[in-house]
Amino acid sequence: MAITAEIKKDYIIKLSKNGKRLDNRKFDEFRKIKIETNIIKKAEGSAKVTIGNTQVISGIKMDIGEPYPDTPDSGVMTTAAELIPMASPDFESGPPDQKSIELARVVDRGIRESKIIDVDKLCIIPSEKVWMVFIDIHILDYDGNLFDAASLASLAALMTAKVPIERLKPILENMIEKYPSIEKYLKEHLEDFPLPLSNPPISCTSAKFNDIVVIDPSLDEEEIAEARLTIATDDKGDIRAMQKGLNGSFTVDEIKKVIKSSIDNGKKIREILYKSVGK
Amino acid sequence: MISNIKLIKNGKRLDNRKNDELRPIKIEAGVLHRAEGSCYLEWGGNKVLAAVYGPREAVPRHTQNPLRAIVNARYNMAAFSVDDRKRPGPDRRSREISKVISEALENIILLEKFPRASIDVNIEILDAEAGTRCAGLTAAAVALVDAGIPMKDIPVACAAGKIDGEVVLDLGKEEDNFGNADLPIAIAPRTGEILLLQMDGHLTQKEFDKALDLAIKGCKIIAELQKKAILEKYQKNVEV
Repeated sequence: MAITAEIKKDYIIKLSKNGKRLDNRKFDEFRKIKIETNIIKKAEGSAKVTIGNTQVISGIKMDIGEPYPDTPDSGVMTTAAELIPMASPDFESGPPDQKSIELARVVDRGIRESKIIDVDKLCIIPSEKVWMVFIDIHILDYDGNLFDAASLASLAALMTAKVPIERLKPILENMIEKYPSIEKYLKEHLEDFPLPLSNPPISCTSAKFNDIVVIDPSLDEEEIAEARLTIATDDKGDIRAMQKGLNGSFTVDEIKKVIKSSIDNGKKIREILYKSVGK
Repeated sequence: MISNIKLIKNGKRLDNRKNDELRPIKIEAGVLHRAEGSCYLEWGGNKVLAAVYGPREAVPRHTQNPLRAIVNARYNMAAFSVDDRKRPGPDRRSREISKVISEALENIILLEKFPRASIDVNIEILDAEAGTRCAGLTAAAVALVDAGIPMKDIPVACAAGKIDGEVVLDLGKEEDNFGNADLPIAIAPRTGEILLLQMDGHLTQKEFDKALDLAIKGCKIIAELQKKAILEKYQKNVEV
């Protein structure tokens, strides 16, 4: 693996000196993005995102559980990512490794810290019962830029998710004896309802090699990258989350340029996302 | 669980199928870019992806066989593929299914050609609705062909079972939960040899004969769909 990356490196750098990339993209151009929603019947919400050859599925499952003691009135959200061996010859089966944990945590932060999910509306009985939202990310085919693919898939899945009150009604009814206020909750929520969401920031990842910065790196580009920067921007053009990776560095000017191209690409991606979820 | 649900009403099953009718099946070969061979399969409410890597050097080294390749099938259910979220990672059920599928595939692959190698078959259940092991093995077989792994035949799997006292083909969700017996098998369609066989429930000898016969018939129908999917991909590629 490392050997082929070394051999390709010279070629990618030579191309980049003429302003070109392996797949003929401009430096600030994303690969083709495709979003399919509601593809998994058993999931509360689901989406498959294709960015070039990278394919990621995100599925939402919901359950009833107990809140954290420090946020007794809020629903609970967890994110997990599996880099399954299907996606790449280099991924191994077994418990989540550093790479999948970083991926899950960056996606989790993007959703949690930007407060896309209104967790206060996911409370059933304060300090006792709340909705739990599980975001599970399945990497199917790995050709670079998992951060953007995984977060986009998770957003699309959340935006199409329905709180499964009809499926869990028997469980809630069993709780009425212990918590009488559930009866009122069930009367107010007769049908499955969409997750309470606000407008999401869109994440765009760039990679730097040989003093050149490209957005949406393919696997070949990722393998020779010295530094990586993920920036999430919202519909007002404000910055909502950032993560720098790898041991290289950026100049201040480069960072400003990356922010601008992340906002520009974010706009286009937001349109694709809204269209895919029928918004 | 004991239930009074009637699984057959007026000679029709819950989803209006006849006793010897399969659920709708859709197979597509070569859907992933990175894997050496892959297959996407929909079977009723099941959605399954299979990907093949190898033959490549088996690791860790002590798993290597100096005379032949090993087959490493990994059956995995996505957390969101079932009603109550499944915890990620293998459990006892998926480990067992991985083992019986590996063994079935080892029978049919020309292992002697690749000493010390492993052939890795990844089966991901994305949406589950009864019969995932049959769907998984059927998809894995197409992915193996797509990866160019030499085999004696293209294996294929299908289940028969008993519901409301009647022997039927390809159990659906409720039929699996509330039926009397389930008999998943995998065969090499050319010779009719049986590569995988499991059963739970209760069958008389006569019912078993009938169920096995029905399952083999189902396998042979699905074998044609497998071939069609493979031809579709490679005929298209020749035209380009």
